[in-house]
Amino acid sequence: MTTTAENRAEVSAALADSAMALPRLRIDYQPLLIIPLLALLAMPLVGSFPTWVTLTVAGLAMGMMIFIMASGLTLIFGLMDVLNFGHGAFVSVGAFTATLVLLPMKNWVQADSVLLNLSALGLAVLLAMLVTGVLGWAFERIIIRPVYGLHLKQILITMGGMIVAEQMINVIWGAEQIPLPLPETFRGVFVFGDSAVEKYRLIAVGIGLAVFIAMFLVLNRTKIGLLIRAGVENREMVEALGYRIRRLFVGVFVAGSALAGLGGVLWGLYKETLTAAIGGEITVLVFIVIIIGGLGSVGGCFIGAILVALVANYAGFLAPKVALVSDILVMVAVLLWRPQGLYAVAKR
Amino acid sequence: MMLNKLLSGDFPRSRILAGLLLAIFLGLALAPFIASGARPLNVAATICVFIVLVASYDLLLGYTGIVSFAHTMFYGIGAYGVGLALNGMTPGWGAVSIGLACALTLSLLLALVIGLFSLRVKAIFFAMITLAVASAFAVLASQLSEFTGGEDGRSFKVPEILQPGFRLIDAEIFGRAVDGKVITYYLVFFSALALFLGMLRIVNSPFGRVLQSIRENDFRAEALGYRTVIYRTLGNCLAALVATLAGALMALWLRYVGPKTFLSFEVMTDILLIVVIGGMGTLYGAVIGATLFILAQNYLQTLMGQASEMLSDVPFLAQLLHPDRWLLWLGVLFILSVYFFPIGIVGKLRAGVRRKS
Amino acid sequence: MSEILLRLSAVHTHIGQYHILQGVDLIVPKGGLTVLLGRNGAGKTTTLRTIMGLWHASQGTLSFAGNDITRWPTPDIASAGVAYVPENMGIFSDLTVRENLLLAARAGELDAARLDWIFGLFPALRKFWNQPAGTLSGGQKQMVAIARAIAEPRKLLLVDEPTKGLAPAIVHSLITAFRELKTTDTSILLVEQNFNFVKSLGDTVAVMDDGRIVHAGAMDQLADDTALQQRLLGLSLTAHE
Repeated sequence: MTTTAENRAEVSAALADSAMALPRLRIDYQPLLIIPLLALLAMPLVGSFPTWVTLTVAGLAMGMMIFIMASGLTLIFGLMDVLNFGHGAFVSVGAFTATLVLLPMKNWVQADSVLLNLSALGLAVLLAMLVTGVLGWAFERIIIRPVYGLHLKQILITMGGMIVAEQMINVIWGAEQIPLPLPETFRGVFVFGDSAVEKYRLIAVGIGLAVFIAMFLVLNRTKIGLLIRAGVENREMVEALGYRIRRLFVGVFVAGSALAGLGGVLWGLYKETLTAAIGGEITVLVFIVIIIGGLGSVGGCFIGAILVALVANYAGFLAPKVALVSDILVMVAVLLWRPQGLYAVAKR
Repeated sequence: MMLNKLLSGDFPRSRILAGLLLAIFLGLALAPFIASGARPLNVAATICVFIVLVASYDLLLGYTGIVSFAHTMFYGIGAYGVGLALNGMTPGWGAVSIGLACALTLSLLLALVIGLFSLRVKAIFFAMITLAVASAFAVLASQLSEFTGGEDGRSFKVPEILQPGFRLIDAEIFGRAVDGKVITYYLVFFSALALFLGMLRIVNSPFGRVLQSIRENDFRAEALGYRTVIYRTLGNCLAALVATLAGALMALWLRYVGPKTFLSFEVMTDILLIVVIGGMGTLYGAVIGATLFILAQNYLQTLMGQASEMLSDVPFLAQLLHPDRWLLWLGVLFILSVYFFPIGIVGKLRAGVRRKS
Repeated sequence: MSEILLRLSAVHTHIGQYHILQGVDLIVPKGGLTVLLGRNGAGKTTTLRTIMGLWHASQGTLSFAGNDITRWPTPDIASAGVAYVPENMGIFSDLTVRENLLLAARAGELDAARLDWIFGLFPALRKFWNQPAGTLSGGQKQMVAIARAIAEPRKLLLVDEPTKGLAPAIVHSLITAFRELKTTDTSILLVEQNFNFVKSLGDTVAVMDDGRIVHAGAMDQLADDTALQQRLLGLSLTAHE
């Protein structure tokens, strides 16, 4: 290499150019537009504004509940590469555990006091999340740990786990349907002008947003969140930086299961009657949502859940027969546009 | 020798296994005359159909290495094809042929689409997507009630020779009237036998060996010049077609189609359980597994019922053993088999031979 | 004779059925820069991964700073003071440059003085501090990877082909960075194919072929002996100018 003054200047300039070149800042904004565009598109199709409001809120509420149930699963898959086909079991267990609080506490539930109602709900949610969290810990230890990395076995074993869990619910709670009554102040509607909006749906939207914001903050502002996001991309490198990421796995699995339990309580109250299959029925929908969102992306899961729920509600009004398979159609459409989901996580 | 050709060189390779297979074969061949009554014959026919259905799934999972949950869809298509044709047209072999032809065509098309779609997505995606597709199909079948009979399904008349009222000969053989039911049974039996032997031929052919090499390491197979896409898709299509035929046979036997019997997730879990317990990638595993499973499903539940009654003072135990909780024990068995019987019964029997020699 | 920091004795590594490392004896002395040379497929990356515990040796022993790390899990090896810059850089694309470096700070925050020193080595980092690392160019990513590895003091730095596919100007800045690193307490094991890049940097050199070390010694000795270079590396120095 020559070292004349000229050459040195050339090298420095080139260095400065290439090293200092600012990368083009790209925020992937397209998926963010889907929900607003869809809602706007639906308005002329639905025709009446009040109906549109009802449908949209219903869709948002359902979407939030699905998001809560699905968010845990997408993180578990993204971080641990574990396919838990039994995730629905935690939804069912959460819903049934809520009956242990809400059914005995009739006076709080039937009282016409928002405070008492919220407290009863709060207690039910706490117990449900505790039970599903512990169940998740046991599930990870006993069922999942022996089959890390073996996808086929994971699929089979977690499906088996789901069947066993459903049947155990039948053993413990009996095989008949159990009604889960909505607390008194959550019933009924708020009236805004011409539109009627169910109170419970607004509560669900509120809780869903709170969960999303909490997850966003944890993932983006804490060290653990940093580790999770890095681990979803490249587990090995995180270990090479000195972190025992396997310990994190258990934590994420427990958190994901507890979230499913929370979702189960909300979903159970939404449906108002419980059967052991309530989690199994929702499994396919949860899978569809996390595929749409991109395996490992919480943001994608959020958009996907609301998208699917809105489409189901709009279609239910506009073309009921289509509504039944609308979730699959949405999935196919999204995958044709982005084969890895809305926000594919950049894998190693 | 002839047995070699018949089994395409794929011998049981274990005396116990061979003995079991022979016993099952004889039992199924002579079923109408071994026991009397409708139930044992129904069990036998179900075993025949499930052997074929599970073997076709083994072709997909055990030999090609593809995890799909859409298999019941093809089973259902076969059943509904034949069933709806016999329902809508005059019951006769013409209707059967048309229904079967339509079903096979539809299955082939769907299998092609699904197979090619699997290229764009990873294996995990693919499994989840097949689950979604299968459930959508089940929903469609139960919702398009005018066409499919909805949740309740449809009963229909079968061709005359297969009808229960039809008598081939007036005499009785071993106490069994040789009626349409028996004829239908032998139709099912011989078709199942032919299909099974056909599958043995396929997996032991050069084509089958390529499938297995793709399952082991598809990069290497690709490097050796095999277009894995084509082989995988063909494997998909073959498995789907056989499943369709199995569905058609079952529909002819039951003289009924309905979403719960043919398209439900329970059927898919049954198939998975049988293929895992029997032994993946062996085809004979389907025979052993299906026999064990169907026998247990029918007769174990009775046992459970009796045990539950005996324990009626201990409510929790009584609940655990309640015959409706059959699935609970299935699930436990399922989990245990995946851990402790990863090679299945057939694998264990064959391994025993190898250790001795 | 300087102290030995890392020693591999008769190390074999199998990946599935492939026998990649076939008895590697390697010594990395404390302080200075050791270069591991060899053509593609010789087993250099496998050696680094085995040291890092990402793949486990099927035979032989590895010892680092007095500890037998043969069976240690990767996080423990990292905690013992080994940093790894893999061939694909291992950058977390969805995380910002700042977050990438933050991961290296196991105590929680990055030391300000140390960070200033790193900015001195790679001034560009200051500019992209809050950009997602995935949007950077190859050279910029390499800087982030190395910066992350040295964000906290380490005993040993494993670097795998840092100059691969990079423009000469960036390579130049890397040379400067490594020269500065050598003045610190950190020992470096550098895997490279570009002999030109390393001949002025390396103190000791080991050459690998077919999963074994076929030559080990001082860099000066190899740099002066073109015939030896031809034999070991199949190239002459002038070809790379």
